[in-house]
Amino acid sequence: MSEPTHNRTVLVLLDPATEVRSSVLELLTIGRSLGRVEAVTLEAPSVEALAQLGAYGVETVHQAELPAELRGDARHLSAVVAEVLAAAVRLTDADVVLAPSTFAAKEAAALAGRALGAGVVIDAAGVTSGTDGRVVATKRVFAGSWDTACEVTTDVAVLTVRANAVVAQPAEAAVATEVEGFAVTVDAPLPAVAARTATARDADRPTLEEAAIVVAGGRGTGGDFGPVTELADALGAAVGASRDAVFEGWFDRYVGQTGVTVAPRLYIGAGISGAPHHRGGMQASQVVVAVNNDPEAPIFEICDFAVVGDLSDVLPQAAEVIRAHKQQA
Amino acid sequence: MRIVVLVKYVPDINAERKFADCRVVRDPSEGTLNELDENALEAALRIVEALPDDERETSEVVALTVAPPAGDVALRKAYQMGVDRGVRVSDEALADSDYFGTTTALAAAVRRLETEGPVDLVVTGMAALDGLGSVVPALLAADLGRPSLTFAKTVTVADGALTITRETDEAAETLTAPLPALLSVADTANTPRFPNFKLIMAARSKTIEEWSAADLGLDAATVGAAGARTATTQAAPRPEKPEVELVQDKGSGGRELAEYLIRNELV
Repeated sequence: MSEPTHNRTVLVLLDPATEVRSSVLELLTIGRSLGRVEAVTLEAPSVEALAQLGAYGVETVHQAELPAELRGDARHLSAVVAEVLAAAVRLTDADVVLAPSTFAAKEAAALAGRALGAGVVIDAAGVTSGTDGRVVATKRVFAGSWDTACEVTTDVAVLTVRANAVVAQPAEAAVATEVEGFAVTVDAPLPAVAARTATARDADRPTLEEAAIVVAGGRGTGGDFGPVTELADALGAAVGASRDAVFEGWFDRYVGQTGVTVAPRLYIGAGISGAPHHRGGMQASQVVVAVNNDPEAPIFEICDFAVVGDLSDVLPQAAEVIRAHKQQA
Repeated sequence: MRIVVLVKYVPDINAERKFADCRVVRDPSEGTLNELDENALEAALRIVEALPDDERETSEVVALTVAPPAGDVALRKAYQMGVDRGVRVSDEALADSDYFGTTTALAAAVRRLETEGPVDLVVTGMAALDGLGSVVPALLAADLGRPSLTFAKTVTVADGALTITRETDEAAETLTAPLPALLSVADTANTPRFPNFKLIMAARSKTIEEWSAADLGLDAATVGAAGARTATTQAAPRPEKPEVELVQDKGSGGRELAEYLIRNELV
């Protein structure tokens, strides 16, 4: 990453603040390439989170102090997060806001842009400084078939960035991180949050959105995700599925343009035909591998490597070779 | 009950989608109703169908789009599914709108509908399959000063309140708000109805109201390219992938797959 050419202040949304997810580490890395990076949270960061922020060059964390009625589940509403981001920009006179491309963060980014009169880019694949000092985002669109560049023409730029846009890198020297509170009020009409259960995260496996490797199963699994999971475990990968497989009730989360959109270093699709909907969710992956017993499967048109064969034979064999290779290494 | 459903005219995802001069090519022969808006139409129609007879008879479902005239395809499809009315906002001044310009135009159209009578609900799909930003529903709710209940998996309207459940990346939630409100529905919310022959025939002759930017009192500086806060400066097709390495499994396909990954330092 080149050294910052502008004296920008870049705010990165850290929500939740109990951990610093890999997507946020990537945002901090991008932020440092654009200017001085600071974090914004809606709760007290954990000790571990503070240490990681320090390692990534964050000297200041701005922690929102919300009115009592918004400190519970309501603080997760995108309209509340948006007010926090907008207030933090006003407080710090920041030039750039970076947030992950999750559903809630996208809404919050857009609403913050609305409040600030700032240009907004959603799902950026990269963020750079343009020749005139403006922020330029690259996007991969139309199911990964086109690359576009989008210039933000306002003084403040708000962007959500897809996971795996860059390789996260700590700062050259760690810094001490201070937490500073700031008061935030919210005027927007809000729905009441009648119930909220945070999604349980599998501690042994990366999340689908953030994983560097994804193994996904489709109709061809016949409902048995054993071979898919076995290969994912061997690779340290996240597990996903096609929409068909989720509608069949075989798995809970699907990769697709309306499901989880992934762009990992390596994507392996097993028993997935590769309908346009699915391709829209994974075609931006760097390397695509497919296993399918139908030699006419459309997914073969967009792969780098493919095996025509039965996934229940191919995946366990591949997993065994990979495990043996890892043991040697 | 009066419901406005937003529909978008988008390039067919099964056709070749492309840019020319940094703008999305919208070929009328390959444009279609955004598939995810069918879930929005279905949700709106079901809400009305569940009402008692007297309330149902006075209800109205309006499909609203911002599009060039070719966008009537989307409104015809909405008529086929059973909406009562189709409105298209068209104006050269709206071309190249960003999220905010689009929302400004939509909000002005909803407000104009509100001058005829209250609009209880604005309903949208979870995203448009061309841009996939998913942010216009929340922005529109903010412009209209309504609570936004987005990405619904289940929808209940009762006693003047909207309640949804949803499952986002982060959590499973139940949200509730009094009407008027804005609702967006996920593609898992329902299975859109297949239009019957009678409605398909009837849709052909339905009127589509056309409103201009001036009809809505829009300031041309706030919409279209003039009001946009972002500008697409480059658009290029990605290079074709090299020919796929295809292996027929004759007993060692898994090993060959693993060796490919190891050779390319992906393990």
